[in-house]
Amino acid sequence: MTEATPQPKITARPKITARNVDVFYGEKQAIKDVSIDVTMDEVVAFIGPSGCGKSTFLRTLNRMNDTIPIAKTTGTIELDGHNIYAPTMDVVQLRARVGMVFQKPNPFPKSIYDNVAYGPRIHGLASSKSDMDEIVEQSLTRAGLWTEVKDRLSESGTAMSGGQQQRLCIARAIAVDPEVILMDEPCSALDPIATAKIEELIHELRGRYAIVIVTHNMQQAARVSQRTAFFHLGTLVEEGDTKDIFTNPREQRTKDYITGRYG
Amino acid sequence: MTDLVSKAPTDWALPDMQRRIAKRYAAERRFKALGAFSIILSAAFLAFLLIVMIGGGWGGFQRTVAPVEFDFPALTGGVQPDALSADKAEATLTSMDLPSVVEVAAMDAFPKADEILADSAWTEVRAALLDNPELVTQKAVIDLPVASEYDAAYKGKGDKEATAAVAALDGKLNSAFNWPFLSNSDATDPVAVGIWGALKGSLMTMVITLLIAFPIGVLSALYLEEYAPKNRWTDLIEVSINNLAAVPSIIFGLLGLVVFLEWFSMPRSAAIVGGLTLALMTMPVIVIAGRNAIKSVPPSIREAALGVGASPIQVVFHHVLPLALPGIMTGTIIGMARALGETAPLLMIGMRAFISDAPAGFSDAATVLPVQIYLWSDEVNASFVEKTNAAIIVLLIVLLSMNALAIYLRNRFETRW
Repeated sequence: MTEATPQPKITARPKITARNVDVFYGEKQAIKDVSIDVTMDEVVAFIGPSGCGKSTFLRTLNRMNDTIPIAKTTGTIELDGHNIYAPTMDVVQLRARVGMVFQKPNPFPKSIYDNVAYGPRIHGLASSKSDMDEIVEQSLTRAGLWTEVKDRLSESGTAMSGGQQQRLCIARAIAVDPEVILMDEPCSALDPIATAKIEELIHELRGRYAIVIVTHNMQQAARVSQRTAFFHLGTLVEEGDTKDIFTNPREQRTKDYITGRYG
Repeated sequence: MTDLVSKAPTDWALPDMQRRIAKRYAAERRFKALGAFSIILSAAFLAFLLIVMIGGGWGGFQRTVAPVEFDFPALTGGVQPDALSADKAEATLTSMDLPSVVEVAAMDAFPKADEILADSAWTEVRAALLDNPELVTQKAVIDLPVASEYDAAYKGKGDKEATAAVAALDGKLNSAFNWPFLSNSDATDPVAVGIWGALKGSLMTMVITLLIAFPIGVLSALYLEEYAPKNRWTDLIEVSINNLAAVPSIIFGLLGLVVFLEWFSMPRSAAIVGGLTLALMTMPVIVIAGRNAIKSVPPSIREAALGVGASPIQVVFHHVLPLALPGIMTGTIIGMARALGETAPLLMIGMRAFISDAPAGFSDAATVLPVQIYLWSDEVNASFVEKTNAAIIVLLIVLLSMNALAIYLRNRFETRW
């Protein structure tokens, strides 16, 4: 590790510990030697220009990259001290523990209720219908959607507005009671009002779940996160308190990016 | 490089420009006219086909009948209804000698009854008696079919002699809907033929084809799209399936002949062998349609399901398959419709035999609609022409119903985003 990437500051026992992670797409190396910790009580933002690998790295954290046949990940990523790339790790359970919200809202073409209930149903988290009703209500409430949809739970999830769809996707992720939520540019397809609602939601969810958010929008990173990591060309250039990164970056490249010199 | 600034501004009103615009409009008009012309041409072909078929086949659904009065007590010498009950019926009917009963009864109204009435006319009397044994104590009028030459003459298509004979009968003949055509099977006498045997054979064959080709086709498509690694072997399989879909159908017939009849010694002409052979032919079509339908399921749905911790098989069966199903069903029905109209491979496995009974089971000798049409079109007797056309109408109705079902299913189950 170079001088440029100092050891992450430990504020609490890390939930996720990534060490020397490399990701290859065939011959091409998309992530180079990234090490970072994610703790339970904070929101971590990944920023960087397009194609810098921040989404790729995010997707290594719940092994979504496994779905790409040519992708190969090396290094260690530990969740509560257990290597998630170990052969004994059950990927299905991992993804239930590390939930994900995607760039484009992608509700299932099913009812709002079934969207939220799907995860708990396949993992057998509800023992009865009333149990399930409770999980659905609680998840939608936490996602700030309950009052808007409580009278139309049987309507299709795809018939809602983009912002509502994205909050439904968050409710769907929350419903399986994850420990970490990964958000891959969750607001890039949304208008400013819907974006504000999602950001507010991230504030409320903080502390209950470890949250990692990838964003293009530096103001958003500044608003929602406590810690920020700047990626460039597959490397983690700089990582630290959001305040420090935005006011007093150590690296020239970080400074150039956040001042809008490129990106 | 041209200096855009120093160049004179484009004059859009120049005659050159106007000419270009006029040319563009002319090209658009030509294209529209050509499109409209080709649509009209294909509509005209379709209309021509339908008109010719319905015009030629309508007669097949009509038959000419001679109303014959039967005074059963007198004709049979007082047979009682209970003599016609189930176990004794056969013997009683044989002893009654129905053909001569018919001849005697018809003699009054139709002097040359043995010529005018169809040879099989007595079977309708027999059917009427079996249907209602009480009839044997009564006087009754039964409509009996006339022989095919007179049938043609009544419809205005007969030879001189028969036409004269029909005219001499002075309106005693009637036209009636040819119900027996829908309930009988093949026969040597065109008056007695029916489509039911072939229709039932077709439906049974289709059931076998569907049961074999649909599950195997859909599972192959799912495996190839969702599970199979992308390498040289799967490329080879993909190319082979595409080639298989283009193999001439008669070759599948040969395959069926060798595999099912020679190696497995299955019965000849049976619906099960026909169904298996057509399943071989339909499967690649279903695989291709299925793969396209599966491919068109947005990847975001797969990610969403994986993201909440669904296993690959749950992703496939909870999300991908339901969303792909309308497309798969449409492809399947199109493949089935092709199989329904197929003749050549079935000729190879012996379904061209003359079969006068509707098949009772899947291993009974059967024939199918297109083969029946082919066989009738080969007959010398001119009366088979209208039967051929009528059978084509039945086949078209079955095909159109299948296509209507495809459209219904697609609209019913299609997910709107």
